[in-house]
Amino acid sequence: MTTVTQAGPAAQAGPAHPLEHRRPLGDRTFAIVALACGLLVLAILILIAVSTSQQASSWFSTEGLKIFTNNWNPAANDYGALAFIYGTAVTAIIALILAVPVSVGIALLLTEVVPYRWSRPIVYVIDLLAVVPSVVWGLWGILVFAPWIQHIYAHIASVVNGVPVFGFFFGTPTSGASFFTAGIILAFMITPIVTSLSREVIATVPAIDKEGAYALGATRLEMIRGAVWPHSQGGVVGAVLLGLGRAMGETIAAALVIGSSATITSRLFAPGYNMPAVIANQFGEAYGVFRAALMGLGVLLFAFTIIVNVIARGIVERSARRKRGG
Amino acid sequence: MEQSEQQFIPKLQVPQSAAQQQAAATTSGDHIFDVKNISCYYGSFRAVTDVSLIIYENEITAFIGPSGCGKTTVLRSLNRMNDLVVGAHVEGEVDYRGANLYGKDVSPIAVRRRIGMVFQKPNPFPKSIYDNVAYGPRINGVHNKGKLNEIVERSLRQAALWDEVKDRLNKSGLGLSGGQAQRLCIARTLAVEPDVILMDEPASALDPIATGAIEDLMKEIKSKYTIVIVTHNMQQATRVSDRTAFYSVLVNPESDTRTGTLVEYAPTAELFEDPQDERTKAYVTGRMG
Amino acid sequence: MAVIADQHQVDLREPKGWRRSSNRIATILMVTSFVVVLIPLGFVLFTVIAKGASVISWKFLTGGPIPPNVLPADVGGMGPAVLGTIEITGIATVMAVPLGILGAVYLNEYGGKNPLATLIGFMSDVMTGVPSIVMGLFIFSIWVLHFGFSGFAGALALACLMLPIVIRSTYEMLRLVPNSLREGSYALGATKARVTVTVVLPAAIGGIVSGALLAVARAAGETAPLLFTILTVTAANPNVFSGANTSLPSQIFVNASSPYDGAQARGWGAALTLIAICFILMIVARLVTARFARYQH
Repeated sequence: MTTVTQAGPAAQAGPAHPLEHRRPLGDRTFAIVALACGLLVLAILILIAVSTSQQASSWFSTEGLKIFTNNWNPAANDYGALAFIYGTAVTAIIALILAVPVSVGIALLLTEVVPYRWSRPIVYVIDLLAVVPSVVWGLWGILVFAPWIQHIYAHIASVVNGVPVFGFFFGTPTSGASFFTAGIILAFMITPIVTSLSREVIATVPAIDKEGAYALGATRLEMIRGAVWPHSQGGVVGAVLLGLGRAMGETIAAALVIGSSATITSRLFAPGYNMPAVIANQFGEAYGVFRAALMGLGVLLFAFTIIVNVIARGIVERSARRKRGG
Repeated sequence: MEQSEQQFIPKLQVPQSAAQQQAAATTSGDHIFDVKNISCYYGSFRAVTDVSLIIYENEITAFIGPSGCGKTTVLRSLNRMNDLVVGAHVEGEVDYRGANLYGKDVSPIAVRRRIGMVFQKPNPFPKSIYDNVAYGPRINGVHNKGKLNEIVERSLRQAALWDEVKDRLNKSGLGLSGGQAQRLCIARTLAVEPDVILMDEPASALDPIATGAIEDLMKEIKSKYTIVIVTHNMQQATRVSDRTAFYSVLVNPESDTRTGTLVEYAPTAELFEDPQDERTKAYVTGRMG
Repeated sequence: MAVIADQHQVDLREPKGWRRSSNRIATILMVTSFVVVLIPLGFVLFTVIAKGASVISWKFLTGGPIPPNVLPADVGGMGPAVLGTIEITGIATVMAVPLGILGAVYLNEYGGKNPLATLIGFMSDVMTGVPSIVMGLFIFSIWVLHFGFSGFAGALALACLMLPIVIRSTYEMLRLVPNSLREGSYALGATKARVTVTVVLPAAIGGIVSGALLAVARAAGETAPLLFTILTVTAANPNVFSGANTSLPSQIFVNASSPYDGAQARGWGAALTLIAICFILMIVARLVTARFARYQH
């Protein structure tokens, strides 16, 4: 009894009580190693921010606010990145406009329409889509898809040229490799993630809420609007934002099909450029401030995607928590 | 519970002669449902077998029985709610006002519009109280603001909820207490002016006071609606219902499967005071001990 | 009775008009969404197989060096790229999978709901959204600038991409392990480390392996992190730890922008090889999951 109450360094002198047991070294080591692996995530994220910012510092210091001008000319040492930021935004928005309705449609198809034994093959197909590597989309995009869709662009442009609004977005010049082509390819690539996250969110809508709507004589569409949508809209917004993050950062496919022209234009069928693509295409031959500028684009890209992802994950988690709480 | 029991015991003991019951049975209103020998399956599993009964207009019919006896399954087959369960199907015929519910051109959407349902757990939509009640009228094409206001107020009054919520119609329906939420769900059902209301243990998640409120409400609205209620609470059946159907479980020892079936169906007082079947007797006397 | 029924004859047919049409249109649109996805996927797979199959041979997969762009497709082979992809992805796997599993063990077995574990779990999910090109720039900054280009640098970049994916998938699997299993082992006097290693991880092994394989499939197809870490050379470099290297995705990227037929044909061949590798990894992952699920019942 006394041994137990005296637990502490003094107790070690006498014979140990059978219940007194120092935690074995191996057990503590394992706990520490596991913690270290968890901390590795935070360490890598901080290291990414620090190391890339450091490499990019000469761009920020020599150009100052000129980094946000539309003047990218490495030969003249001008490194204004506005065209790339613009291109990133435009291609990501096109990708979202195309991918989100399709993804939410498939998610609803899987959860509300088809029986379980049909839903599995559909999920497999979506997974296949996710497994096709970015570079294969790019290869197909530039050698097969762009030459084919070029004719469609040219035709549309010839029809809408001069028409207000339509001509503004879809008029000449046109090119197979363009903002719009990049947006389409990016849409294919983000569809799997937006679909699977939307599906997860929609699947958590309680069956009893759906039955409540059906019991009032609702059609399936009315049930979706009345019972499914109010429950899942938050989570679906989160899924869409995650898709946005992917679309902004996706590199290789965009690098091959975007047309590689640092221009700001409203014409979506014209060649453009975005941040990841210009890094991929030009980093190899860049030194000095040029390299720092490309590194700096990486820093901006990192910052944008982190912000979007933090917001998106926050929304998704909050809606999941609210659901668990009842 | 005690309080509400005392309150309702006199009703239980209202004497009813056999002749009176006979009269009630023969002169009661129109047939709403004419269930003809139905069996319900989930896939190849037969959950309910050989159920036949007639449900009369403007009456409250209670389904009672031990768990697994199929009373909820039968209830859900009356408005084709079981269609939503993959693999579920019904054999036999359910006639509703002379039309076969499972007939070729019958749409479950039209069926449920006339035959509403209130569930065990209150399930208001994550919308405002107003929008919850207006949901049904809206999908049925009522968009006139004045008309909607009128329907919402009338339905909430019928559900005895109006006074409690009239100042917060734009607040979420999820913020109500259990009893209020259940009355909101009833108001939501009343708003589409159904012909029949099916209730699946509507008070099992509620406290005695809220339960009493729901029961009063059922008696209040039965002059306009026909109600079928599943309950595991026999006192509740005696308090509110005109007729009671007792279901039980048939156990097949060879395959170890359990199938529900209808054992006895009679006016409520008769079923509780003079049960004809031994199983009914055992079940309804069990409540005393 | 028949008379009564006739009086109340009710119309239970499907509601006409807009309600019916809108519901049908919605269903058709949902099915169309799936078809819209099916078409490009089928188109891509068809093209890659049609153009790649004729190029692929044993010599193409193992021979080398990779010839200059102008030469036709039957000269040389993609051997160096196949070797590079296997080596680099393999090393990345060896680094990322154990670290990721241990990270998930921390989150689920040790961290629980404490704020640090919550933060790590959240940031790990956020990290899955870091663009792969940024991982390339990161490894370029901290490794390549000091130690030069190498296959190992590429493996580091791929490992950074895989780490959060492995953590997430392992964490989900550990959460499914019932507590009764852990308690059974604790009741025998086991330490936490022993419980984790001998009971929890084996119980979740199927799901962990399956998640790791999907992470490998994702990494094997990545190009952007390799561009400035391994460069893209044409000769085989078996030494992963020193000197520039190459990989299948890098070769596809180079060949995709080449105007020569031979180079493009090599690109298609490499694309078919890469897709085959990724699909096989995915199918194996599915089989492991299916087997595990059966074992659990």
